Amino acid sequence: MGKWTRRGFITAGVIGSSALVIGVAIRPGHRVAELTGSVADEGETLVNAWVKIDTQNQITAIVPHSEMGQGAQTALTQMLADELDACWEDVSFIEAPAEDGFANYALGKGFILGDTEVPAILMGSVDGLFLQLTKAFHLQITGGSSSIRATGVYGMRVAGAAAREMLLAEAALTWQVPVDALQTKEGKIIHKATGKQAAFSEFAVQAGRREPPAKPKLKAITEFSIMGQSKPRHDIPAKVDGSAAFGIDVVVDGMKYAAITAAPVFGGSIIRLDTAKAESIPGVLKVVDLGNAVAVVAEGYWQAKTALASIDVTWGKTANDDVDSEAIFAQFQRDINAAKETGESHEDLIIGDPVRGAEQWRVVERQYTVPYLAHACMEPMNAVASVVGDSCEIWTGSQNPLGFRYDVAAALDLDPENVSFHNYFMGGGFGRRSVSDVAVQAAQISRQAGLPVKLIWSREEDTRQDYYRPAVMSEFRAGLDQDNRPVSWENIYVDKHDPAEAPHIPYAIANQKIHFVDSPTHVPFGPWRSVDHSQHGFFTESFVDELAYEAAQDPYQFRRDMLGGHPRLLAALDLVAEKSQWNVPIGKGRGRGIALQESFGTVVAEVVEVTVQEGQVKVDRVVIAVDPGFAVSPDGLKAQMESGVVYGLTAALYGEVSLHRGRVTQGNFDTYNMLRMPHAPVIETHIISSDANWGGAGEPGVPGTAPALTNAIYAATGTRVRDLPVSKYEFDVEFREENNLSS
Amino acid sequence: MITVTVNGRSQHFDVAPDTPLLWVLRENLALTGTKFGCGAGQCGACTVHLNGVPIRSCMTPIQVVDQMQITTIEGISNDQGLHPVQQAWIDHQVPQCGYCQSGQIMSAVALLDKNNHPSDEEIDRAMAGNICRCGMYGRIKAAIKRVSDGDQKFYDASGEVNNG
Repeated sequence: MGKWTRRGFITAGVIGSSALVIGVAIRPGHRVAELTGSVADEGETLVNAWVKIDTQNQITAIVPHSEMGQGAQTALTQMLADELDACWEDVSFIEAPAEDGFANYALGKGFILGDTEVPAILMGSVDGLFLQLTKAFHLQITGGSSSIRATGVYGMRVAGAAAREMLLAEAALTWQVPVDALQTKEGKIIHKATGKQAAFSEFAVQAGRREPPAKPKLKAITEFSIMGQSKPRHDIPAKVDGSAAFGIDVVVDGMKYAAITAAPVFGGSIIRLDTAKAESIPGVLKVVDLGNAVAVVAEGYWQAKTALASIDVTWGKTANDDVDSEAIFAQFQRDINAAKETGESHEDLIIGDPVRGAEQWRVVERQYTVPYLAHACMEPMNAVASVVGDSCEIWTGSQNPLGFRYDVAAALDLDPENVSFHNYFMGGGFGRRSVSDVAVQAAQISRQAGLPVKLIWSREEDTRQDYYRPAVMSEFRAGLDQDNRPVSWENIYVDKHDPAEAPHIPYAIANQKIHFVDSPTHVPFGPWRSVDHSQHGFFTESFVDELAYEAAQDPYQFRRDMLGGHPRLLAALDLVAEKSQWNVPIGKGRGRGIALQESFGTVVAEVVEVTVQEGQVKVDRVVIAVDPGFAVSPDGLKAQMESGVVYGLTAALYGEVSLHRGRVTQGNFDTYNMLRMPHAPVIETHIISSDANWGGAGEPGVPGTAPALTNAIYAATGTRVRDLPVSKYEFDVEFREENNLSS
Repeated sequence: MITVTVNGRSQHFDVAPDTPLLWVLRENLALTGTKFGCGAGQCGACTVHLNGVPIRSCMTPIQVVDQMQITTIEGISNDQGLHPVQQAWIDHQVPQCGYCQSGQIMSAVALLDKNNHPSDEEIDRAMAGNICRCGMYGRIKAAIKRVSDGDQKFYDASGEVNNG
């Protein structure tokens, strides 16, 4: 029982004898670009949306994304409820368990096997067809700002609309009236002519036996009643009274505590351990040698941590023991120079002929760098694991629950069927919690200790054993014609990840060459909020700004003049200029900087205002114009913009993970600085609903922040920050006020 | 044996005297609302009240608070409902990931107990020790002002059930 839509597969069923369940499996070919590499074959599906309507007319959405503060679970539920015409007060949601059913199989093996983790509401809706559709690829990721624009648009809305149509069809049959004589409103079906009405639940069972519609009709924006409203987030009440359960809060029977130190040089391993002192400390149960890390299991975390500090570890030599940040950047420079000499590089984008194709009256060359960055989630990495025989249970907060499950199974050589996973709130994710290393460690420790353990990383461990936003060098060469218009743009950089379009520019420059070289280091890579956009936004929007000044033009107008083919970007840029009063002078020692970046389907234009006094930069105000296509939850979008700005400012002002003798120098927050309230700017967000394809929210606030900041610093001081973070620089407020175009 | 009054209830602990209060609260009393963030007094996630004054429990050995009164996030609401600061946090949709918010709220409550109408600078100073990695500083400040702008009835320090 099911039908393909253009984008997915809809199924319907009846649970027990009482409730309607609709599921939507999303078809490949429309998946978000950054996940493409994880999907091997045509026929594999990415995410599912589910809805259940029970006999009490209570509606439950099953959301396949985890919550790290981005509010996606509530917003996704809004999308489903609106298409269904549900009564919002009667709608709730649960997070999908880590089952294949929520990733690739439309219904997971777990359901058939009767896995107790599967919510009972799904039992009985098993449809063998689904299992034949797909192969496992074990992906259930919350990242890439994908919740709304993929799961929401292609899953949640479709599920809601399909359910509504099936209920309407059943009501029409029962009441013997045409479907178009009926309407739906707030969980009820109403006969327009007579006002006769009944709850959805009255038709749920019969509706569940119908063939689902192939193309349920989605609402137009003007018909929305729940989408576009700022509904209070469901997860917030538990987050103000201490009751919200994060991974670190989990307690299971018989659980002990573990502290850990991994090899300080990535790739290192233990050659000798002196554990005598640690083992004599009261409460210590076991010292565990993981090969590349040593852990202590004790009755309490403090005992484990104290004992760990007493262990004398001899780490083996590695090839990277002498590597420091300077050597890494020197390597980047060598590799870029070599590529320029030999012409051997990877092409990103070629338009026209950037080398010879235009009359270059003047050439501008610049180089920029960004350092490695740690994620610094407020909740240090942790996981609870219990390995008993050939089965394992994991409790933690994950952006990729299913992936964790399979990674743990692989690391411990267990059948994935015997690994169960329980997901919890994440005290920050930002990409870090898509990597399963801590869960794997916890499972290995549990196995060796023969006990359930809660492994908690210290803050220092969290900073030093991350999967980092890469350090990157990027070089530009642009040609200006006689009228100071850019006619060519060449960019070469090291290290490419995702999204592929991150280094691309929206500006109409006739000749472009964007290329990159591989320049691998021993520092582990991880997705970091906005991924490649975080560095390329800084690079390209800094260089465009420099070109504007080189051309003696206003940086806003300069960009504006090159945005002919991009009405959304132009509208956002114009709005941010208007709202920031770009054309109104702001005085000596102050400056405004502007930046524009589209990422994850959302356009963000940003103006940062700074005051620089005695060399110190104070960010006064940040104004954002954001076009996500449509804002499902306007306040949620604003919150994400505010969050992205602070995340971006923290990185731009202070963020630097440096390497010395192969190891990360920074440790706690005294050396890895965070923006705090006294330095936080006022942030204003202005939303544009262009009705373009709906974009993401969690990441797009980040990329424009660093360049808008450094462009503002330039406007205020004449100092151009080309190597982040800003804290490396000293400032001169007096330097160039006569040439301050934005004030 | 160390005796501490936690959220109005007398508790006895037989733990190493240098054990930080944080871990005693979390492991011995299962009061997990108080969070571990840095272990070095750098982030404020572990903030609790010692006799009404905000302290970082991750740096406070349990022996130091022997015979004293501790209030945690679990102790600031009462039968009548949420503390006004907690309600303001909901009204302003402050938390994102929520992990730092127990500490933020405890710092805010301590500030408002002492100073009903803090200026922006006073708020900044009182909250500077609390990091919010989700960057909700604007909302935190707005929520604090919402409470302080209200009349005495809206913010009544006696909403705190313990500390005597």
